[in-house]
Amino acid sequence: MSKETMSTIEKLPSGVPGLDIVTDGGLPQGRTTLISGTAGSGKTILAAQFLVEGVKKFGESGVFITFEESAVDIRRNVASLGWDIEAYEAAGHWTFVDASPQPGEPVVETGDYDLGALIVRIELAVQRVGATRVALDSLGAIFNQFQNASIIRNELFRLAVALKQMGVTAVMTAERDDEYGRIARHGVEEFVADNVIVLRNVLETEKRRRTVEVLKFRGTTHQKGEYPFTVMPDEGIVVIPLSAIKLKQRSSNVRISSGNAELDAMCGGGFFRDSIVLLSGATGCGKTLMTTEFIAGGVNRGERCLLLAFEESRHQLMRNASGWGRDFEAYEQAGLLEIIATYPETCGLEDHLIAIKHAIERFNPNRVAVDSLSALERMASVKGFREFVIGLTSFIKDREIAGLFTVTTDTLLGGESVTDGHISTITDSIILLRYVEMLGEMKRGLTVLKMRGSPHDKDIREFSIDGTGMHIGRAFRSVSGILAGHPQHVPPRELERMEALFQDVPAA
Amino acid sequence: MSNYKLRLYITGHTAQAERAIANLKRICAEELQGRYQMEVIDLVEDPEEGERQRIVVTPTLIKQLPPPLRRIIGDLSDKERVVSGLDLLPTLTDDGDASGDAS
Repeated sequence: MSKETMSTIEKLPSGVPGLDIVTDGGLPQGRTTLISGTAGSGKTILAAQFLVEGVKKFGESGVFITFEESAVDIRRNVASLGWDIEAYEAAGHWTFVDASPQPGEPVVETGDYDLGALIVRIELAVQRVGATRVALDSLGAIFNQFQNASIIRNELFRLAVALKQMGVTAVMTAERDDEYGRIARHGVEEFVADNVIVLRNVLETEKRRRTVEVLKFRGTTHQKGEYPFTVMPDEGIVVIPLSAIKLKQRSSNVRISSGNAELDAMCGGGFFRDSIVLLSGATGCGKTLMTTEFIAGGVNRGERCLLLAFEESRHQLMRNASGWGRDFEAYEQAGLLEIIATYPETCGLEDHLIAIKHAIERFNPNRVAVDSLSALERMASVKGFREFVIGLTSFIKDREIAGLFTVTTDTLLGGESVTDGHISTITDSIILLRYVEMLGEMKRGLTVLKMRGSPHDKDIREFSIDGTGMHIGRAFRSVSGILAGHPQHVPPRELERMEALFQDVPAA
Repeated sequence: MSNYKLRLYITGHTAQAERAIANLKRICAEELQGRYQMEVIDLVEDPEEGERQRIVVTPTLIKQLPPPLRRIIGDLSDKERVVSGLDLLPTLTDDGDASGDAS
């Protein structure tokens, strides 16, 4: 079925979580998209997942053409992602075209040849299952199988044309040598150059970071830049379209109370309903209290709250809460609170994530609090931890749940851990709690460092804690250098003089 | 003497396919007088067979007998490689006049 080349290009939703936001709706329909990446960047998974999501979410059949691993290997490899390819095959939704090298002697080449047989087999397979999706993995492996690269290059071009005529939407994987070098080996981008997606697996200051970038979609739009993704057990690739998601969800603008009226005011009217708030502070400076108030604030409005505790036991948490006048036991009895207290060491981070997801699915909360992420951070590599946070964040955001994650800083005064890019960029808001040493006295300070999509109070305010909870007071007017951990007293007279220069607007 | 069983897979009767057929006929005539069976299979007409045999490129020549099974691809214009690829050792064809190239 030939299509007019000038008509607008439709998109086929891939179904891969998050990817359709980055691609502005999916892959160009009826076209071939090149998925390029270095070894271990997740190309084969994405290619297979494109077909899997087609079957699972849209009832569309797929053909997987493999040039490197045998069909048996691929079935087994993706089984760990929870994909039962054999069941799809049995149901007539999936078929393999196995073009992997036959074990045994090398093939003897005796003159010119073409990929005619492969094209015929693909056509047959597409017809047999009524496929609308095709994945080829990988182009590099074809070049390894055959000696005459110029023949293969021409023939792959012919293959791309044949796929277009079949009317299928296809992905082809290709290897590249450098994360930021040539698009792919063997110059393969030349014949499927219209649409290119790049997967990266970059080591950044000892941190692993997986990203996906749409390099180009000819004749149609897409989001620009790299977006982090992770590979989740039982799910596959999950893309976190950080900035893209904001644009979509910000329209709702629904605010919820943090549980503390003064903090709500500092945040410009409360947290956003589907936002993730990171709460950073040294040990004992009020994180658990704020978590408690966040939960109480939800329960008071009839919202369901899930508390995931990794530092303190249920009993301790309940005692803490009652010390601040919050009755967790009553909340639980009302069915509005569930506390899951686990030791981080009981299992791996991935298992924690699965357990958390199941708890969220079962309890269906409006708010989730994690106290603390730092306890889990100890458990894993930086990469593993980042993937955990991304996985949890995307899961929570997807369900329009408000999240509050606490992070413990190592130093009592100041603290750098919040700037650990891998967490802070994922969260929408950051609140810092700090000890402030002033004239020989330890005081507590709080500031809203970041509040995505909203104006907020920029002051560092003093707060106190008593039997009814947290009370946020005035800004520290005569101290500077609090966040850096080196508070310095500023002579009040100088301050008054400065303030007099401006017609001070009272805080909102 | 064991009989050679050869199958040549093509996709449509293209110039390349016809060249491969002609080359194979000539080589068989020269090297295997009467001791071979040759079959040409067009995958356009029988794609299922391409799937069964896992053919990727055409032309592909498969020597089914005698063992071991051999795969040779291309239009068979390089006779030396075809002969060695089919394990047609010179000693097998030493009954006098057939030993040399018909030049």
